[in-house]
Amino acid sequence: MAECGASGSGSSGDSLDKSITLPPDEIFRNLENAKRFAIDIGGSLTKLAYYSTVQHKVAKVRSFDHSDKDTEQDHEPPYEISVQEEVTARLHFVKFENTYIEACLDFIKDHLVNTETKVIQATGGGAYKFKDLIEEKLQLKVDKEDVMTCLIKGCNFVLKNIPQEAFVYQKGSNPEFRFQTHQPSVFPYLLVSVGSGVSIVKVETEDRFEWIGGSSIGGGTFWGLGALLTKTKSFDELLHLASRGQHANVDMLVQDIYGGAHQTLGLSGNLIASSFGKSATADTEFSKEDMAKSLLHMISNDIGQLACLYAKLHCLDRVYFGGFFIRGHPVTMRTITYSINFFSKGEVQALFLRHEGYLGAIGAFLKGAEQDNPNQYSWEENYAGSSGLMSSSPELCPTQRARSGTFDLLEMDRLERPLVNLPLLLDPSSYVPDTVDLTDDALARKYWLTCFEEALDGVVKRAVASQPGSVDAAERAEKFRQKYWDKLQTLRYQPFAYGTLTVRSLLDTREHCLNEFNFPDPYSKVKQKDNGVALKCFQRVIHSLDALGWEERQLALVKGLLAGNVFDWGAKAVSDVLESDPQFGFEEAKRKLQERPWLVDSYSNWLQRLKGPPHKCALIFADNSGVDVILGVFPFVRELLSRGTEVILACNSGPALNDVTYSESLIVAERIAAMDPVVRSALREERLLLTRTGSSSPCLDLSRLDKGLAVLVRERGADLVVIEGMGRAVHTNYHAALRCESLKLAVIKNSWLAERLGGRLFSVIFKYEVPAE
Amino acid sequence: MLKSFFPWFGLDIGGTLVKLVYFEPKDITAEEEEEEVESLKSIRKYLTSNVAYGSTGIRDVHLELKDLTLCGRKGNLHFIRFPTHDMPAFIQMGRDKNFSSLHTVFCATGGGAYKFEEDFLTIGDLQLCKLDELDCLIKGILYIDSVGFNGRSQCYYFENPADSEKCQKLPFDLRNPYPLLLVNIGSGVSILAVYSKDNYKRVTGTSLGGGTFFGLCCLLTGCTTFEEALEMASRGDSTKVDKLVRDIYGGDYERFGLPGWAVASSFGNMMSKEKREAVSKEDLARATLITITNNIGSIARMCALNENINQVVFVGNFLRINTIAMRLLAYALDYWSKGQLKALFSEHEGYFGAVGALLELLKIP
Repeated sequence: MAECGASGSGSSGDSLDKSITLPPDEIFRNLENAKRFAIDIGGSLTKLAYYSTVQHKVAKVRSFDHSDKDTEQDHEPPYEISVQEEVTARLHFVKFENTYIEACLDFIKDHLVNTETKVIQATGGGAYKFKDLIEEKLQLKVDKEDVMTCLIKGCNFVLKNIPQEAFVYQKGSNPEFRFQTHQPSVFPYLLVSVGSGVSIVKVETEDRFEWIGGSSIGGGTFWGLGALLTKTKSFDELLHLASRGQHANVDMLVQDIYGGAHQTLGLSGNLIASSFGKSATADTEFSKEDMAKSLLHMISNDIGQLACLYAKLHCLDRVYFGGFFIRGHPVTMRTITYSINFFSKGEVQALFLRHEGYLGAIGAFLKGAEQDNPNQYSWEENYAGSSGLMSSSPELCPTQRARSGTFDLLEMDRLERPLVNLPLLLDPSSYVPDTVDLTDDALARKYWLTCFEEALDGVVKRAVASQPGSVDAAERAEKFRQKYWDKLQTLRYQPFAYGTLTVRSLLDTREHCLNEFNFPDPYSKVKQKDNGVALKCFQRVIHSLDALGWEERQLALVKGLLAGNVFDWGAKAVSDVLESDPQFGFEEAKRKLQERPWLVDSYSNWLQRLKGPPHKCALIFADNSGVDVILGVFPFVRELLSRGTEVILACNSGPALNDVTYSESLIVAERIAAMDPVVRSALREERLLLTRTGSSSPCLDLSRLDKGLAVLVRERGADLVVIEGMGRAVHTNYHAALRCESLKLAVIKNSWLAERLGGRLFSVIFKYEVPAE
Repeated sequence: MLKSFFPWFGLDIGGTLVKLVYFEPKDITAEEEEEEVESLKSIRKYLTSNVAYGSTGIRDVHLELKDLTLCGRKGNLHFIRFPTHDMPAFIQMGRDKNFSSLHTVFCATGGGAYKFEEDFLTIGDLQLCKLDELDCLIKGILYIDSVGFNGRSQCYYFENPADSEKCQKLPFDLRNPYPLLLVNIGSGVSILAVYSKDNYKRVTGTSLGGGTFFGLCCLLTGCTTFEEALEMASRGDSTKVDKLVRDIYGGDYERFGLPGWAVASSFGNMMSKEKREAVSKEDLARATLITITNNIGSIARMCALNENINQVVFVGNFLRINTIAMRLLAYALDYWSKGQLKALFSEHEGYFGAVGALLELLKIP
């Protein structure tokens, strides 16, 4: 009933392998600053958790001191950039085979420099067995934590903090892994942990859960009985046998009892009437494969049936499966899924977790860290430092190394501020940020993976160029290239490795990898320059807008927004032009734009709406620095303000490509205010509010936004949401349904995507939506 | 009034066993005797004068119901079983004894009624009347319970099932049977919720049944008969094979209210090579029995809770001469439901389907 506490040995002997040499830049990273350890020792795998701080270079922007009244000099940048060191918190999790435990403990001891840590939280069946070894090696006192409490704490943590943690598994369908959308509330749910036995736990809140039942027929039964029947010793070998067997040779099926008549009776002839029923009547020899398969079906069906009965009794339809019987094994996920579908007639879903193997370690860590209250923060999976699902499963990925000797990693970054839903989402539980699921769409996947591969050279070049004074920039950039290239290759074979593969996840992974090698903001200088240039044009643009009649002006403002959006270093077609022709200007961008009617064009409705009463408050998600935000967004904001609409301008918390960051937006707004009385008074009177999104992505996930933003949206009663740019309004949120009016606008700067949407390069999306009454 | 010509049979052809009930009329008049065709007489003689048929057929003499009145006729009801794999021999015998000349109808239920229909017709020249398995089962149970067991109660339960000294088998009055959860353990298991004579539904079933116990025992111990498997089980110790809660937690797991003696992982100790080498065949047979029985108890208990039913009747041939399983079911149901659920058993455990088929033949409602 507990997670496998097998004292028996299977694939893992008890002998400890000391010969392993660990690559310290990949495994057990940041040990120097580690504090708080937790360890979960299962029947064959050990999971180690530690908290550490990571020093990052970050680009900070700061306004010049304007006191000398000398600010309007033409050649001066609008603000200064300084690179500073910032310390962020990170959780590290490492999973390895028990055979390496001693080598790993030695390694940790050698690399653990400061640490005031005195205690290590331990859980799992093996915690007792290795207690002395841990205490001796690490000089830490082992504090044993309850297995199930840890498991559930860990489960709550991943469900809350990792948007695409849970998935359904459907063998043979495409994709086989279907990830669940992030649920605003994860409770209540049923957790079925299939270790040596089965525990069924109902989880009602963060702290309240109840063991509602269990079964003794679990992974230990499969392993133990399987070993007796087949003389096969290891669990993995047994699974392998089972995957090749024919259970119908051993099981008595409905058709064996009914003959051919089952069809006319509407019975499925292949149903198992009696597990091992044929081995009772015949004195024939049975193959190991067939017996293993029969056993697998018997146990999976039984677990599924009991899970359904408990789910029904407690009126729950979300059932998460975990434990070593399930862990990363497509064979058992398949049979469990089948059983759940069969017994619940499709009413209950069998859900699996990407980080299931880490739940105990995460939970033990959280128990130990309770005084730091880690649950008050939001956390984010770091794609650069995490191995991804099934990184070591030979069953699924023949290109990967064999299971043995591999180290699986998970890293979670602590975010500065908690993330919440945008309160304006129509239905948070069905909101999916991403427009195209690349796990689903093989053609699109191929295109985008290639696209990101091809863009890699340019990204490396820009990264190096962004740090001219650094001696090791080229070397780090190469490491970045290798890391990201490897991720892309993994994703070609295992698109499901980090949840649903999307353009957003590819972009975010690239940002994580850049950060990892200390390229926090490769575009900082470009942005600085672009902002400077654009600020100089601001007044001219405003004058020409103000000279227009009302109706003309509205179209010009929208065109300005769109034209500004052409300035995007994230899109390859544009970055090519920008790099080869720096004179490419605002006017030329306007000329590039598609003539109306646009590809998606609800401008007439928008214009009509503007003739009506002003909106109370508009929430605007800005995109790029420079022309986009200064000559596109700010004039638009200014018009809204003049109409009497309050504006919340939301910019990224951290850098991503040339997207304007919150701190940059503060300076830009200040500079514009100095030139423009409308913006000045609006800032002073707090009718124009600048806020951060909580994100450092070129895309936008409206279910993970800074809590402060959500509070503002509620307080000000926002009734219009404007989302601008390809990353935020096309790759993500194109289909997002809101409870208020919304405007999604973008210029398609990728010819493949344009074609897919039925348009051409620089086609315009102008999507104005009013929620149904 | 006679509704059907003799002989009166009811047949239930299961996955492992064929159950046959035969009504032997004891009130045959001289006139009737004279008219009785030779083949009919010979069948009667053959069935009633033997307790074993061929090498595998057995008459459960201790279950015989005496002086029963059926359709106005008095007689004895006989209970006979043989393995399903001997079905061809049975059909051949019907042909040899010229059953087809008797103008009788064979009422049969169970999956084999479908599987062997063709053989009955082509080899034995006999038309089978196929009947629904669950209809027959419920009819049979209700009828048999109503006629009792030669003056004794048909239905019983165990008091103090876990205590070999104090354990008592006591009669149970099933006069108010509804609602009732009926758990039929044959090769596989069917679970029915019965609300009245005609209102029932199949709740679920499991493939882990009697066939699984016996099948696994054959593989693990090399035994060849159910009796042998049970006999081995009676001498074994399952705690050597299973991992108990106390093996993991050193005692009770109080956080979850789990007693130390509860099985945490069936066959869990067998993950270890040393322990695999230390167990006997008897231990393995016992563990198999405990595993299958506990699982059935657990599923039955969940069904009872979901259906809001608190009396559970276990029937089927898995329970034949299987006191260990019955006592375990009785105990497990009581313990895990904190006394809310009662496990009931019935003397004619495996024959209800066949009885139901006979009742259908006689159109007894």
